[in-house]
Amino acid sequence: MANPGQGTRPIHLLLAWSLVGIPFLFGVLQTLKNALKLFQ
Amino acid sequence: MSGLWFLDRERTIAGPGFSRWMVPPAALCIHLCIGQAYALSVFNLPLTKLIGITHSAPADWKLTDVGWIFTLGIVFLGASAALLGRWVEEGGPRRAMFTAALCFGGGFLLSAAGVYAHNLAIVLLGYGVIGGFGLGLGYISPVSTLIKWFPDRPGMATGMAIMGFGGGALIASPLSVWLMAKFSTPTHVGVAEAFICLGLIYTCFMLMGAALVRVPAPDWRPLGWTPPAQATKLVTTANVYVYQALRTPQFWLIWWVLCLNVTAGIGVLGQASAMSQEMFPGKVTAVAAAGFVGLMSLFNMGGRFFWASVSDLIGRKNTYFCFFILGTILYSLVPSTGATGSVALFVVCFLIILSMYGGGFATVPAYLKDMFGTRYVGAIHGLLLTAWSVAGVLGPVLVNYIRQYQIDHGVPKAQAYNITMYIMAGLLVIGFLCNLFVKAVHERHYMDRQVPESAALAK
Repeated sequence: MANPGQGTRPIHLLLAWSLVGIPFLFGVLQTLKNALKLFQ
Repeated sequence: MSGLWFLDRERTIAGPGFSRWMVPPAALCIHLCIGQAYALSVFNLPLTKLIGITHSAPADWKLTDVGWIFTLGIVFLGASAALLGRWVEEGGPRRAMFTAALCFGGGFLLSAAGVYAHNLAIVLLGYGVIGGFGLGLGYISPVSTLIKWFPDRPGMATGMAIMGFGGGALIASPLSVWLMAKFSTPTHVGVAEAFICLGLIYTCFMLMGAALVRVPAPDWRPLGWTPPAQATKLVTTANVYVYQALRTPQFWLIWWVLCLNVTAGIGVLGQASAMSQEMFPGKVTAVAAAGFVGLMSLFNMGGRFFWASVSDLIGRKNTYFCFFILGTILYSLVPSTGATGSVALFVVCFLIILSMYGGGFATVPAYLKDMFGTRYVGAIHGLLLTAWSVAGVLGPVLVNYIRQYQIDHGVPKAQAYNITMYIMAGLLVIGFLCNLFVKAVHERHYMDRQVPESAALAK
């Protein structure tokens, strides 16, 4: 049986995706910065 | 579990209005953390200088001893995924994610104590055994939940989570280096403090994933999507019990498909830096090689999302055909890039190969779902991960030992990888044949036709 809830608001989605998106982007940018050394 | 009622599967059933797009971030909270395992090597050298600080003292741990931490972690990842898959499936994703968080974070904290006491056995028990259990549980915990939330795009959904595993190393590597620098002094290497910080951060982050995750109500369907009334040739609508799947040829064919695809990628992943410098002496510097490794990590990660999403459009079997055909051609091309001195072509070949290596991991849960249904897909996926463990030994052994054999027999370093590349291409041809033989699972294996006693309860 489904639990009662208020449903998902856009702010919930934004927060949830920011929670994982910001560290993820940080990691990708750091790696990209290192990867650019290949072309130097 | 009465005191931990909030972990029960029933408590995680989503209410009306819950957006399924909340579930991928929950899965990513787990996979971005456990992906740290790929970045554990940044601790290797500091762990060998805990006493000597600037150099390895005689009482310090040897690099070969430290290497066992990662090996043990991967062994226990495979073991826990294989053994606890059914427990994960039947208890629901929140209980598994919660346990994974405690194991993985707790493993770090115990390892910190081991580093303080300079006792390698405690570190092995902490990160290797307890952390390894966290790795395995965390890896499989969101798989079937994502497939149930995205029946219209299962490849994309699981690809997103498994991409997080690749991305986890990209975050952990600079974060670990930064933390060690922060806590290091002229008389102390900051490994233990870095372990404590990582343990606390990862526990919190993974617990947030456990709090966010929901399973869909049994009658839930994506808006505007109707399930296919009949199974198609290679996509079943029935379910196969987890241990019954082991009795099907399809499971073992897909096991070999994954094992051979991973073997081909994992060997070069570990040797990429040395290989690029040895094949192009004077042309590729150590700094450029490090950049190449970074670029490979990005393609390994991006390939997980890209190829798994592509598999929703062209089918899983065709996606693996792409890996094997393209991989065979590219591996066969690599020796000629060395002979002609074409660094650009060499880089392009390996970036595509690495994207398919990641793609192989990310596409396989949806392949299993197509073959065995959604009910036990997470547990079956757990059993299949033993292929990863085998490939983890096979791949590096093939690359390293054949290279050494070639060099010992007078082959110049620049050409020492040629035979290995042809062997990899050969392995991919075998993988192609295994994939070719994958047919739909026979009806006699379906749960509603042959219900094992314990599965009847689970149903």
